[in-house]
Amino acid sequence: MTDQIIPILMPKWGLSMSEGTLAAWHVEEGTEISPGDEIMDVETDKIANVVEAADGGFLRRRVGMDGEVYPVRALLGVLASASVSDAEIDAYIDTFKMPEVAEEEDAGPSYEFAELSAGRIRYTERSGEGTPVVLIHGFGGDLDNWLFNIDALSESAPVYALDLPGHGQSSKAVDNPGLATLVSAVTQLMDHLSIDKAHLVGHSMGGLVAGQTAIENPSRIASITLIGSAGLGSEINADYIGGFVSSVSNRQLKPILKSLFADESLVSRSMVDELLKYKRLDGVQAFLEALQTSLFSNGKQSITIEAGLSTLDCPTQIIWGAKDAVIPSSHANALSGAEVTIIDGAGHMVQMEEASRVNELINKQF
Amino acid sequence: MARILSMKDAINEAIDQEMTRDKTVIMMGEDIVGGAGTAGDDDAWGGVLGVTKGLYHKHPEQMIDTPLSESAYVGAAIGAATCGLRPIAELMFIDFLGVCMDQIYNQAAKFRYMFGGKVETPVVIRAMCGAGFRAAAQHSQMLAPILTHIPGLKVVCPSNAYDTKGLLIQAIRDNDPVIFLEHKNLYGSECDVPEEPYAIPFGEANIVREGRDLTIVAYGLMVPNSLSAAEVLKKEGIDVEVIDLRTLSPIDMDAVIESVEKTGRLVCVDEANPRCSIATDISATVARDAFKALKAPIGMVTAPHSPVPFSPSLEDIYIPSPERIAAGVRKIIEA
Repeated sequence: MTDQIIPILMPKWGLSMSEGTLAAWHVEEGTEISPGDEIMDVETDKIANVVEAADGGFLRRRVGMDGEVYPVRALLGVLASASVSDAEIDAYIDTFKMPEVAEEEDAGPSYEFAELSAGRIRYTERSGEGTPVVLIHGFGGDLDNWLFNIDALSESAPVYALDLPGHGQSSKAVDNPGLATLVSAVTQLMDHLSIDKAHLVGHSMGGLVAGQTAIENPSRIASITLIGSAGLGSEINADYIGGFVSSVSNRQLKPILKSLFADESLVSRSMVDELLKYKRLDGVQAFLEALQTSLFSNGKQSITIEAGLSTLDCPTQIIWGAKDAVIPSSHANALSGAEVTIIDGAGHMVQMEEASRVNELINKQF
Repeated sequence: MARILSMKDAINEAIDQEMTRDKTVIMMGEDIVGGAGTAGDDDAWGGVLGVTKGLYHKHPEQMIDTPLSESAYVGAAIGAATCGLRPIAELMFIDFLGVCMDQIYNQAAKFRYMFGGKVETPVVIRAMCGAGFRAAAQHSQMLAPILTHIPGLKVVCPSNAYDTKGLLIQAIRDNDPVIFLEHKNLYGSECDVPEEPYAIPFGEANIVREGRDLTIVAYGLMVPNSLSAAEVLKKEGIDVEVIDLRTLSPIDMDAVIESVEKTGRLVCVDEANPRCSIATDISATVARDAFKALKAPIGMVTAPHSPVPFSPSLEDIYIPSPERIAAGVRKIIEA
């Protein structure tokens, strides 16, 4: 019964991914797998991550080989119950065709640009039902920091992610780099997209931006989720911020980026190269230096918002990686009344390292 | 969204953006404007292969067609550079180097040194280089080693469109003379290139493929050829690291040494003739500085010591092909 056979396909993480490397299988043929089990490592030109099983069953066949590159949606493995014969599995693999994707869907959700008084802002949109979610990345990041979250969250709500001014592909000419400018870009984008009310999710400096946006516009906020957030204490890893700003080569930047992850091996050469491509763009260096001076001068966070946040009525949750080496996880307890989750084994980029756990927590807000 | 651009269009965009940003950026060369005002496609054709097409209409004050005298206009560009402009001189083919060599190696390269640092010479000399275009012995050479021999010159030879835009913008902004070598057989090669201007610093090699067993060091057209060889070798279980030098002066020997310390084996791939080349220079430096890391002799895959043949079949044999590179790697692995 071929309907009991479930294919495991090369995932698609983000718009630019067309192929990935199956770095390593985590499970042997014949193993019984439950949904959520870690089954393999996949690497793209942006990131390496573990793939979790979406379905359960016996891993009957590993079709993809360790170290090989496969296009998105290629057949990597076959799940089936023990009652399916080997011949049926073979036949399934022999006749497998990559799922056809309508051209429109393949071109897929794309990047959009909004011309705002805050400048040209890049964002991406996933349609869905209910109150929208707005995802706000951290210092030096971009909307692809939500690569493993955006599609999962869109199953229960419309999702928007933006590049803050000076970041990603948004305008690099930014007047007055600082918190007010970043907050203003978020509210302008919400106006532009006619979003009256949103769940705000912010990571790191993006948490500070989300929190301040909520403080200034409490009626427009359904909930806030702060992940490894700035603004909840004064300590910050000054070596990370300083090193990120000053590095100009792969050799300099790679060790700096390792402090973002609990698992340092996630920092691939191509991830570093992608960030260097951003850092080399005209205007970025001056912008980052100015933003660093405004928000993180003298190795400390200069703005804390827990007093303002404590006046808010909306549900607030705080998520932190226990091994965060950029902002200490003790800051998670700065806000009384917030729901706090500390995730073991994750670093600062907890929404990438423990994506499904973080998605689940954010989903609970809807 | 990512945008795909060819190396040829990346060069055009870099010059266009720098001319817009800085009015002291000018360009001089033979036929770079080319019949501006004529009808149709011939209008401002833009050099032999149309690299500068359309730039004249965008920047009429900054594009100067010159008489057929490399010595005169390269010299004029160098002089203008010392007086506050940022000229780009296009030498159609690097093979024409001989007729303006004094201006380059005895003048531009020496000014900063001989005037005690009081003079800067922010000139870029762009030229097509390399074989494979059926253009015969006087239009096909890879003369980078002649230029890296001279202190005071920076020498760049990119392998892809992304690096080309960033390195050319860096070359234009650099305060020293830069020789910018464009492999004519890569003009059509395409990749993601950001629309915004960006500069790639000189002196950082790019590890374009990570591997465990052997390091290939290459530049220009030899980078894609080495990557093709690496794909073939992978099927044989040989895992090759490929380093794209990007700039030849300055040269990122740290990246080469670090890689050889990891892999223990080195093959230098160079389209230049084999005597006193980038390949021999790297080999000598690695033999001196990383001798103990080497598990095998250093290999070289280069053009033969002969002029570039006009016969297409001979020219094909002249250029280090993926097959020749793979064979050169196997020889070192089996050594």
